[in-house]
Amino acid sequence: MLRIECPCCGPRDHDEFRYGGDASANRPAYDDPDFEAWYRYVFVRENPAGLHREYWQHVIGCRQWLVVERDTRSHAIASILFARETRA
Amino acid sequence: MRRLAIGGRIDRSQQIEFTFDGRAITGFRGDTLASALLANGVRLVGRSFKYHRPRGIYSAGPEEPNALVTLGTGGRREPNRAATTVELAEGLVAESQNRWPSLNFDAQGINGLFAPFLSAGFYYKTFMGPTRRAWMFYEHFIRKAAGLGRAGEEPDPDRYDVRHLFADVAVVGSGPAGLSAALAAGGAGARVVLIEQDFAPGGSLLSDPADAESVAWLSGMFARLAEMPNVSLMTRTTAFGAYDGNVLGLVERHGSGTADPKQGQARQTLLLLRAKSIVYASGALERPLTFANNDRPGIMLASAARVYLNRFAVLAGTRVVVATDNDSAYRAAFDLAAAGAEVTIADGRAEPIHELLEQARRRGIAVRTKSRIANALGSRSVRAVTLSEPGGPATVKCDLVAVSGGWSATVHLTSHLGVKPVYREDMRTFVPGKLGAGLFVAGAVTGGFTRGGSIEEGHRAGAEASAFCGIAKSVQQPVGLELTEIDAGSHDNSLSASLRSAPLPHFVRAHDGSHTVCPEHHRPDRSEERWFANRTRAGDEKGAKFAAGKAFADLQMDVTTQDIALAHREGYESVEHLKRYTTLGMGTDQGKTSNFHALSAMAGLRSMAVPEVGTTTFRPPYTPVAIGALAGRSIGHHYKPIRRTPMHDWHVANGAEMLEGGLWMRPWFYRASGRDVNEAYVAEMRLVREAAGLMDISTLGKIDVQGSDAAEFLDRVYVNAFAKLPVGRARYGIMLRDDGVVFDDGTTSRLGERHFFMTTSTAKAADVMSRLEFLLDTAWPDLRVSVTSVTDEWAAMSVAGPNSRDILAAAFPDLDISNEALPHMGLLEEKYRDRRLRIIRLSFSGEWAYEIYVGASLGTEVWCRLMEAGAPFGLKPYGVEALGTLRIEKGHVAGPEIDGRTTLDDLGLGRMVGKRSGYVGEVLGRRAAFSDPTRPRLVGLRGVEPGRQLHAGAILFRPGEPMQGHGLGRITSATYSPTLDVWVGLGLLARESAVEGAEIVAAYPITGQTVRARVVSPIFLDPKGERLHG
Repeated sequence: MLRIECPCCGPRDHDEFRYGGDASANRPAYDDPDFEAWYRYVFVRENPAGLHREYWQHVIGCRQWLVVERDTRSHAIASILFARETRA
Repeated sequence: MRRLAIGGRIDRSQQIEFTFDGRAITGFRGDTLASALLANGVRLVGRSFKYHRPRGIYSAGPEEPNALVTLGTGGRREPNRAATTVELAEGLVAESQNRWPSLNFDAQGINGLFAPFLSAGFYYKTFMGPTRRAWMFYEHFIRKAAGLGRAGEEPDPDRYDVRHLFADVAVVGSGPAGLSAALAAGGAGARVVLIEQDFAPGGSLLSDPADAESVAWLSGMFARLAEMPNVSLMTRTTAFGAYDGNVLGLVERHGSGTADPKQGQARQTLLLLRAKSIVYASGALERPLTFANNDRPGIMLASAARVYLNRFAVLAGTRVVVATDNDSAYRAAFDLAAAGAEVTIADGRAEPIHELLEQARRRGIAVRTKSRIANALGSRSVRAVTLSEPGGPATVKCDLVAVSGGWSATVHLTSHLGVKPVYREDMRTFVPGKLGAGLFVAGAVTGGFTRGGSIEEGHRAGAEASAFCGIAKSVQQPVGLELTEIDAGSHDNSLSASLRSAPLPHFVRAHDGSHTVCPEHHRPDRSEERWFANRTRAGDEKGAKFAAGKAFADLQMDVTTQDIALAHREGYESVEHLKRYTTLGMGTDQGKTSNFHALSAMAGLRSMAVPEVGTTTFRPPYTPVAIGALAGRSIGHHYKPIRRTPMHDWHVANGAEMLEGGLWMRPWFYRASGRDVNEAYVAEMRLVREAAGLMDISTLGKIDVQGSDAAEFLDRVYVNAFAKLPVGRARYGIMLRDDGVVFDDGTTSRLGERHFFMTTSTAKAADVMSRLEFLLDTAWPDLRVSVTSVTDEWAAMSVAGPNSRDILAAAFPDLDISNEALPHMGLLEEKYRDRRLRIIRLSFSGEWAYEIYVGASLGTEVWCRLMEAGAPFGLKPYGVEALGTLRIEKGHVAGPEIDGRTTLDDLGLGRMVGKRSGYVGEVLGRRAAFSDPTRPRLVGLRGVEPGRQLHAGAILFRPGEPMQGHGLGRITSATYSPTLDVWVGLGLLARESAVEGAEIVAAYPITGQTVRARVVSPIFLDPKGERLHG
């Protein structure tokens, strides 16, 4: 049972959150016509045994999208940021 | 077998009445069901899983493989409860299991004769081989004969609760190590939860004679812990699982003194304990010995015999053979002898230490060395054992056999998170592997079996655990038990360290002041393992001849040494294969007593060391947890939340049949419209087509979109353009996923330059909202847009049909709803009783229609106002069934077509895009694969056989084609069309076959029907939209 320290709401159970997938995948610009870039963004994934950057949304809370760094082997969470901060 | 007049931890002043197989029996407060049965001479308590062999009570704890009973009656009937863990309570009803017609005479005991057919891999071989057909015949008999208890079929009347609990330090186990850990952590000031599965705390100390020093130590510890408000002791609470984030799953059984909970009380509570730090002091479980007929009633673990004697004052036998391969069983032998039993020790070792032999001699106990049990005699109760000795076999008469094959550390919880246990050769047990931060172990679970060491270790673990939580304060270590006797007053670390690392026997002062050997640590040797392996090999060679004297590795699952040899011979050598092939360790006891010997046997057969063979995976739960406890209060209508629209009560009061859709309750149809849904929906369709109907559409997702970049944002999320949408107009829009598949559709209207009001489908409302937030937070944080879900803030209703304008005008006479003021796809923002009222003229049904939005609290009022104003115009309510069929006639796609697999082109909506670019899903939506000629295309289907129904889900084939596989497509939605008096449907059909006018066959495998239909345009009604525009 993951506990996620929401930067807005504090430590919460993972069932308050919605998982949003790989946060290291680079989303092309909205008007980028490059097929390869979109293909990689949507379909190509690393499957690391170790730290994984991933999106979680605090749906039953502040509704912020977060970037969580989680170790896929131990579920230990290394860092949590608002997704907006990582894009700033 | 009898109850002693004095001693034990039972309260003789409180008698407890219960029944076993209908027989009224009396026990005492403080008894378990098992101890009360033993005290009353009940030896035979059940029949075994496969062979229906008579079984008795084997242990005194959660490891019990044999004494499984069914408790309670009716809805409270609970099968497979270990009698050894059931606290005796007034009115308890217990029943033996797996016997017919009675426990003493069991007709299926004959299964034993078929034993050769029930060996390991029986099911696999039967399913896979040529006997597969025969299985169909005898499955019924086998299923009836094998198995455990049967659950009740009535609903459980009891309540179960779920709680969340928080602590700095959780301590699992209240033996010497656990108590000491709790005291250290509690003394430092940490919030401590001490968890004990038994109804009495104390762990192994409870099995000491009630006058022993350990009793004084125990009460001293309880007194000190009771003074600490920050320490809570939870008895009757099992830590059944360890989960990520230092979460322990606990189940607490409520001891109310009666068999069933009192009014208003929960039977059990599931607790999720979040601890900053955990100390595992889960102790160790004794292992059995393996010999022929080692399952006979009257054979039990030596530690259990001692528990029954000292804790429950039950002398389980008067002529006792104690068979052991280690020192620990001598304790039981000494105590049994002191209670008056005639005791013989059969020690498999050549040279037990001299002090032990001396002690035994002084107590009048005969010790036979290099002696092990070869066979047990007697059927419903043991009456003698044959010993195998260097001088030849010897027979010793007895009524109790107390066995000890060493100890296994209870490594279940520490292994649940995937930390493999490691083998400790010196103590012949697996111990916890390297645990994560904040997790500590203490006591017997570490493989150190001395009490002094446990207390010392517990103290240190408790201090470290509280320090891990940032609470560090030095606390006086509790005075040890034996430790003080060795070196009074000294807490020299090197001494205790040496005690732990080299668990040699040490001395304690006996009551007469002399020194006595304390055989609490087991000084193991490998003789039992070797013997077990030899026996397994022998079984292998002798084959079926062994049937007369089965030696059980797993008592509960009836797995014999022969089965293990068979598994090895047939190549199921890995322990995980062994487990599944023989079912070893797969019973409700999860092989707590059997696993180690079986692993050693397999190691022996493969000529490998035990650690090389490894263990099977430990998974929660440690002991069985009632499904009711896991469900808690989430049962019946509490299983999931229910969402009701503002007009819900009106629907119910006015005869609506309600339908669950996701979490929502929606009117399905109104009973006034027809006797059943099929009659009602057709009537309600006619109503909308010919007069007008009112529909509750409050469940639609509603999202308020505001900000200077709101129009740009919508341009990116919808495939069609919104930037140029004039204020006061609405537009139908479609969203794609990033991969180009259609995501959702809905109508968005422009309230102002920077302000839009979006609606989504009911089903996708939450997903769309989350997706919009995702895009704004992660992809386009530069856009100045804010999205807010306003689904619950607005009540929404749709009035549709040729009379709808007259009805709206009658209901709101002050509003100008002329064609000019409110054209098709126009929006009016008005006030109703000072609250905002939005009217959008749009249609889902194809009729002239309006959507009316008003604050949720005014929903019913506006609904009633429309119903009243509409009455002269024939207005009646209609439900989702008619809504869903009206749109089929009109060819509007909905959930069945937007199913997460279809593209814009599949749905015939490609024209909505035009030459636009820069919207979500654009690039991957142009994938070549999406123009493949086998891709589906939305078509209309019109039944050509009058009166024959088209079914949603039917598979489409060309006429004359063999009806196999997935066909050319399928019907997604179908309805009888009262307007056309024919069955019509929407379907997804391979593009190359989607030719209007072609005939197609729809096969509906569920009923075996095939119906012919013609491919037509999906718009069955009013293709020019004249009904909408007037």
